[in-house]
Amino acid sequence: MDLSYGAEAESFRTDVRDFLRGNWQPGALRGSELKAYINAFRLTATEAGYLYRNIPKEFGGSEQPADVVRAQVIREEFGRARAPMEITGNGMNMLVPTLLEKGTPEQKDLFIRKTMSGEYQWGQGYSEPGTGSDLASVRTKGELVGDEWVINGQKIWTSQGDRATHMFALIRTEPQASKHAGISYMLIDLDQPGVTRRPIRQMTGESGFYEFFFDNAKTPASWLIGERGDGWNVSRTTLKHERAAIGSATGLGAQFDKLVELAGEVTRNGQPAIKDPEIRQALTRIEGYVMAHRYSSYRLFSLAAAGEEAGIIQSMMKLLLTETGHEMALAAQELIGDDALVEPASAGTRGRGPEKWLDQIMGSLGNSIAGGTTNIQRNIIAERGLGLPRDLAMETDK
Amino acid sequence: MKFHPSEEQVAIQDAVRGTLADVWPKERVEKFVDGEADFDPESWQALMALGLGGLLLPEDQGGAGLGLLDAAMVVEVAGQAAAAGPLGAQMLAAAIVARSTNDAAKAHLDALASGEAVATFAFGGDWLPESWDATPEAGSVRFVQSAGAAQLFILGTKGGGLALVEAGEGVSIEPVKSSDRTRRLSTVTFGGAKAHELFAPGDPFVARIFDAALVLVAADALGGAQYCVDLSVAYAKEREQFGQPIGRFQALKHQLAQMALEVEPARALVWYAGYAHDADLPDAARAAAIAKAHLADRFVSVGRAAVAAHGGIGYTWEYGLNTWFRRALFDRAYLGSPAVHRARAADLAGW
Repeated sequence: MDLSYGAEAESFRTDVRDFLRGNWQPGALRGSELKAYINAFRLTATEAGYLYRNIPKEFGGSEQPADVVRAQVIREEFGRARAPMEITGNGMNMLVPTLLEKGTPEQKDLFIRKTMSGEYQWGQGYSEPGTGSDLASVRTKGELVGDEWVINGQKIWTSQGDRATHMFALIRTEPQASKHAGISYMLIDLDQPGVTRRPIRQMTGESGFYEFFFDNAKTPASWLIGERGDGWNVSRTTLKHERAAIGSATGLGAQFDKLVELAGEVTRNGQPAIKDPEIRQALTRIEGYVMAHRYSSYRLFSLAAAGEEAGIIQSMMKLLLTETGHEMALAAQELIGDDALVEPASAGTRGRGPEKWLDQIMGSLGNSIAGGTTNIQRNIIAERGLGLPRDLAMETDK
Repeated sequence: MKFHPSEEQVAIQDAVRGTLADVWPKERVEKFVDGEADFDPESWQALMALGLGGLLLPEDQGGAGLGLLDAAMVVEVAGQAAAAGPLGAQMLAAAIVARSTNDAAKAHLDALASGEAVATFAFGGDWLPESWDATPEAGSVRFVQSAGAAQLFILGTKGGGLALVEAGEGVSIEPVKSSDRTRRLSTVTFGGAKAHELFAPGDPFVARIFDAALVLVAADALGGAQYCVDLSVAYAKEREQFGQPIGRFQALKHQLAQMALEVEPARALVWYAGYAHDADLPDAARAAAIAKAHLADRFVSVGRAAVAAHGGIGYTWEYGLNTWFRRALFDRAYLGSPAVHRARAADLAGW
């Protein structure tokens, strides 16, 4: 095993560094000037082949061959230089890969560039109040009237719902068909009279999610991606292009470093908490999981670079991240002590004390739910990873 | 960048696994568990025939010139099979002696590499090198594995040095009634034994060897824990209740998923600890300490969960799961508990 990236990647790294030195000099730019500079930089970086690597040139990408090592080097160097990478969000992460695989030339033309430029911002319209983990039971219905779909129903748990201009949604268009075969994947303009949005206030007090109500909302017939009734499969399209990254492990590691920092700042039994044997045990115990997660992400990355199957470990990363986050929350709770009685000021404001850890302590609970609940993750590990038989209810409810 | 096993490493693991399947099947394990011996010559010779004794020995000294990561992968498979015999100590002994400058000690290298001379660790005190308190002239060391079969002891000497001690005159052995029946222990008393000094107390190589031994215990625990998961999953697929395999019930399914979640990600932690040691990275000692602590805890935890997942049959002597549970007790205590190594890891971080 060898954790170095190799000579080819290091020479590529030199190229990226040279490029950044020559092209990323925002200096003291602020506000709209900075924004314009960033937009121009993204175009130059795309021309150089560093951004939008999986997007064809005709749609404004750089169309590079998939190479997870190069992609990782780019992430690292852009991160080091604090240079902006691709626009992120549901549009780039989920819709564009789906369009690239299932969209018509007209659909790609209509949506990809505007998503890349940030003009179109996308919300995900999958969950509904009644669906939960049984996503294929969606009831929001679409009826084709002339050359328009007329949509009625409700979608929920849409993140970035405040900014979203458009939505990609699972809509029941074939009520006579079986559960999974009755769904279509369609795009909806959210700026129309038939759409109402409402923030959902979550337990942290912040509003990260929105719900959307559709009351005879309309969308063109040509905005349906893939075939009618094939929406379930369309939504499962995941382009594997350079998806493997060492990113999430770095995030968990950074959070652990902050926890250690916290232990150095707060006092316990009359000394810095980090000198307390019990705290030292708790931190190093958690570190075992943090390291297991970090080096498993290297393992996944290495397998992807070699073009090999990842196996069961792939299905475990989210749950491991969630559970380690819970462990850190409990340790943080112990460390902040009575400061847990103080409501923290909003993230990003000055003068936040140890009570700011309440954001992580409560936020870690969101991780057990978002993106597939912990119990669903356990089902996936057991069924796909360990080969245990599927639940009878799921077997028969098709 | 490569952080998954090479074809060669997979081939070595397959060879060890295949050999143990032949010479150390369930019946042999059971017979050994119910007997009194602290060593099994037949399975030992079969493993040594693979060249494992010289795995860590440099190529110019007749070995395979491989690293601790490779040794850890071997020990993992041995742990999965509940192999008897001090395999990790044997591999490390060759590396230790080869690294020393004592020619009289080095005369034993061929016998160590071939496995003809069985070597085992005799670390006294409370396991950590600075607490070692014996010398070849005088002292007692508790918990020495396969002492009755050993011709050579890697003795941890007073203050943290290493000596190679020959079995025979001046070495007496008192078996301990051991909870882990596949790795039986003895108290060994040294009194004027024939010995060769290898490393003086305080030599940094001693700490490095102790760290390597920790990584191998972690690897053994990884293999044992994997066995507990595999056995439980297989049982859940085959055992029927209420007209269906119990593995279809979500409660059990989730327990099994949780067990797998404890073990599979930890595999990369063991790899890293081995790799960091071989590459002599600055965090190698911490990685070894954390790996030992983490894997020992995981093995105990999935060992307990495996019994629960099986129900009554898992609690019986006859089913044999307790053999691995007892190995978990061994791996947890041997060379220092998780708490000891976590405290060390905190110290090493400068906290």
